[in-house]
Amino acid sequence: MNLNVDLMVNSFPLLVVGAGITIQITAISVGLGLIIGMFVGIARISQVKLLRALAAVYIDFLRGTPLLVQIFLIYFALPVVLGQRVDPFLAAITACGINSGAYIAEIFRAGIQAIDAGQMEAGRSLGMTWPQTMRHIIVPQAFKNIIPPLGNEFIALLKDSSLVSVIGFEELTRRGQLIIARTYGSLEIWICVAIIYLVMTLTISRLVAYLEKRLDTK
Amino acid sequence: MIDIKNLHKSFGEHEVLKGIDLHIDPQEVVVIIGPSGSGKSTLLRCMNLLEEPTSGTVVVDGIDLTAKADINKAREEIGMVFQRFNLFPHMTVLHNIMLAPVKVRHVPRAEAEATARALLERVGLSDKADAYPPQLSGGQQQRVAIARALAMKPKVMLFDEPTSALDPEMVNEVLDVMKGLANDGMTMAVVTHEMGFAREVGDRLLFVDEGRIIEQGVPQEVFENPQEDRTRLFLSKVL
Ligand SMILES: Nc1ncnc2c1ncn2[C@@H]1O[C@H](COP(=O)(O)OP(=O)(O)O)[C@@H](O)[C@H]1O
Ligand SMILES: [Mg+2]
Repeated sequence: MNLNVDLMVNSFPLLVVGAGITIQITAISVGLGLIIGMFVGIARISQVKLLRALAAVYIDFLRGTPLLVQIFLIYFALPVVLGQRVDPFLAAITACGINSGAYIAEIFRAGIQAIDAGQMEAGRSLGMTWPQTMRHIIVPQAFKNIIPPLGNEFIALLKDSSLVSVIGFEELTRRGQLIIARTYGSLEIWICVAIIYLVMTLTISRLVAYLEKRLDTK
Repeated sequence: MIDIKNLHKSFGEHEVLKGIDLHIDPQEVVVIIGPSGSGKSTLLRCMNLLEEPTSGTVVVDGIDLTAKADINKAREEIGMVFQRFNLFPHMTVLHNIMLAPVKVRHVPRAEAEATARALLERVGLSDKADAYPPQLSGGQQQRVAIARALAMKPKVMLFDEPTSALDPEMVNEVLDVMKGLANDGMTMAVVTHEMGFAREVGDRLLFVDEGRIIEQGVPQEVFENPQEDRTRLFLSKVL
């Protein structure tokens, strides 16, 4: 077996640009997912039955169907409804954001439920409403709890974002495919792609561990 | 000030309060004693609707909590102090005390801060304004919790075993603050095992067992001459 090391070295810069794009769509999607997840997660445990039910449907649907199918739905099926093409970048972050929103909602729910029930009682007994108590007392404390699982979600999505290569969006995996189409260096390129993913995920998990430690000692 | 009629509370099949009638006058200090699990906390928590009564009426300061009342509005007038303090750990002591007046009563921040500092002075913790609750001792935390409740200028204060989670040497600093409150004319309902406090500060003592008020009266008299066997038995264990 002979590895074409030159090909690996020459392709590396192109792949690193793709990795940048992968991080970019992951970050945007998790940001979107964080906003969605916060509201859906709170709705999931709200006192309004309808909100709880809607949140449950959202979470079940998005966690119960493959991300790949969700990407197809948004990129291929949605244009049929809208009557116009969807930009691949928009489709990618929408699919990933909505999807991670469901996972982050569950992270939020767990983070909120980990807060001592006495906190809600103390807030309510002072005359604060449920939303006021959530906003000023429960959610700020929950944020601290959810940093580790949120880091895991970021890593999971970073890997899963490779799926958006199927709609032609040129992130890391797609770039790898394109280089292989030109050079036939399948083994070399996939090794490079795997290494780049690994470096990213390891870096992020170290970063999260560090952050967790800093918050702990505060 | 508080008027409870035929209050029942069940958790599922389990009936915890079995018909409580209780009237508390303005400025009265009512001390509630009884064995663990007898329903003391549940009774207290029905007075600000942290527990929803199964049947009966609870009227506080003229508002019927068991009708379709604005419960948040009613709770502004009812302070509560918990066994485990329940301070907000992510906020400084000062912000713990200012939060509800600012968010609920819409008191201007400067005024709320002045009130908070005055209350900290009153509970002897002026120097702890910028500390976070986990940095304080149990007794200090409970005094902050009392100040936090008082900041809403409530008409009634409910205390659920406020000294039970404290190391013995910290009990008195909390009881002293409560005595001060009673002397200033606050209406209070206090669940406690501190019989000395009951005797000294209580206007009336209630003995609760198995979800019923078994006996009540002037603390001194109940202690010295209990009318019911169950009261006698309980007192013989705790006195
Ligand atoms: N939220 C709840 N759900 C179910 N049972 C409860 C709940 N709160 C209290 N109880 C039960 O009600 C009874 C009385 O409790 P409580 O009022 O806390 O008693 P006390 O304060 O006198 O010790 C106990 O048997 C307790 O297990
Ligand atoms: Mg109790």
